[in-house]
Amino acid sequence: MAKVLMKGNEAIAEAAIACGCRLYFGYPITPQTEVAEYMAKRMPKVGGLCLQAESEIAAINMVLGAAAAGARVMTSSSSPGIALKSEGISYIAGSDLPCLILNVQRGGPGLGGIQPAQSDYNLAVKSAGHGDAHMVVYAPSSIQEIVDLTAVAFDVGDKYRVPVMMLADGALGQMMEPVDLESLGERKPPEKPWATTGHGGLRKKNIINSLYIEPEELEEKVRARFERYAQIAEHEARWEEYKLGDAEICLVAYGITARICKTAVEMARRRGIKAGLFRPITLWPYPSRQLDEACRRAGVKRVLVAELNMGQMVDDVRLAINCRLPVAFHGRTGGVLPSPEELLGEIARLDAEIKEEKD
Amino acid sequence: MTVEILMAGFGGQGILFATKQIAKSAMVAGRQVTWIPSYGPEARGGTSNCSVIVSDEPIGSPIVTKPDILLALNLQSFDKFVPRIKPGGMLIYDSSLVRKPVGRDDIEAHAIPATQLASDHGIAGAANVIMLGRLIAITGLFDPEEFKSHLVEGIPDSRAQMRENNIKAFEIGYGYKE
Repeated sequence: MAKVLMKGNEAIAEAAIACGCRLYFGYPITPQTEVAEYMAKRMPKVGGLCLQAESEIAAINMVLGAAAAGARVMTSSSSPGIALKSEGISYIAGSDLPCLILNVQRGGPGLGGIQPAQSDYNLAVKSAGHGDAHMVVYAPSSIQEIVDLTAVAFDVGDKYRVPVMMLADGALGQMMEPVDLESLGERKPPEKPWATTGHGGLRKKNIINSLYIEPEELEEKVRARFERYAQIAEHEARWEEYKLGDAEICLVAYGITARICKTAVEMARRRGIKAGLFRPITLWPYPSRQLDEACRRAGVKRVLVAELNMGQMVDDVRLAINCRLPVAFHGRTGGVLPSPEELLGEIARLDAEIKEEKD
Repeated sequence: MTVEILMAGFGGQGILFATKQIAKSAMVAGRQVTWIPSYGPEARGGTSNCSVIVSDEPIGSPIVTKPDILLALNLQSFDKFVPRIKPGGMLIYDSSLVRKPVGRDDIEAHAIPATQLASDHGIAGAANVIMLGRLIAITGLFDPEEFKSHLVEGIPDSRAQMRENNIKAFEIGYGYKE
């Protein structure tokens, strides 16, 4: 397969087109503007539409409309822009509509900075917008994985009729790596008999709506949605285990941070420290059972969570293992990436704790 | 083996183009590679730098903070990044724009007046590719003939002159004697 060098921002745009996405609505913001730039060049050539909306809020509501009409559709933004979209995301979730939302995270809060961050974990995973709802959240850690997960994201969104978020960061958006796009092939969205497509009176009308005045009716809608969420949790969790077989120290990290952790695990192994990495690929649903089982299987004694924030996913790790093990946290923020050496320092500290217990 | 390369200079000197050629050659050679530019509110005339990592193992962080090799194309970059080169690392710098002592004896330093050479040969603006020629000559990172073929790949017929200029610039750098 021929590989090409591509930025993450370009790769997801090309992958989306290969998946049959023909509508993109966006608004520029660093570090993801190349998505819109790429879409503006490519969409007209494949009979699609790239539209720069007047704001992030307008863009997400265009996504809602297109999704209601049955289209494969995506939007992208970076942290402050995603916050603006959160109302629309809630309406999309409440209307049971599928779409792909890319967040190329940057440092926050406020306007923050433009360098890589993972400070929107809670926003993505707990609730983007008001109400009782979830998005499926994917956290790629390489450009190839961005491409592969784009296909998965569209399919899962369509299957369960839920919005899906690709949670990347400034480094993944801006960096180039070799990617194989041919492996995607030509993909087609499934039939959507529920879509509001117009029918000339030939079938019963479809209604897309998120307003239910009767409490019982709304409760029933929410409960039905949570049954689908339970199905998603059962079938769609993804994760990677790296050198966890005999690990005493289990690092947990996702996205760009997981790559740096892998380097740190290698360095630790060379020193004879039994470290490994658990990398959640879906952040919602969180691979909780799988993390717990991996720790039990290996006989892990310490868990080390690394994130580009002050500690968000670390709570989900504690829940996953039921606080059975001590969980340490190493976070960098503001757009700073940790070095493998500083992570190795943390690993060595935990290794010393374990040795002390053994003595 | 992992080589961490940082190339830095002014916006407009072709830092991104040059580093992409390194990344492309690494990809074609079947190596692992990452490429990431510094991104920010800089415009033409501002500073520009780009990290490339070439490795036989999966690459962790793509951002180079302590380069094995620094290619410095202006004084600001020289001042900022020379102290960050790993001990035993390498510096290649444009001595027509940087006229000061290197100030470190634990690195291997190579001077080449790339900007001057480019304008002497009527290919102003090709200092970036002259630097690449020098890099390949000194390090043997890639086969020079293959590297040259990548240098002209993707340049449209309407800009055929650019292909010739790139090859010329590469050869000037490759054959330069200090």
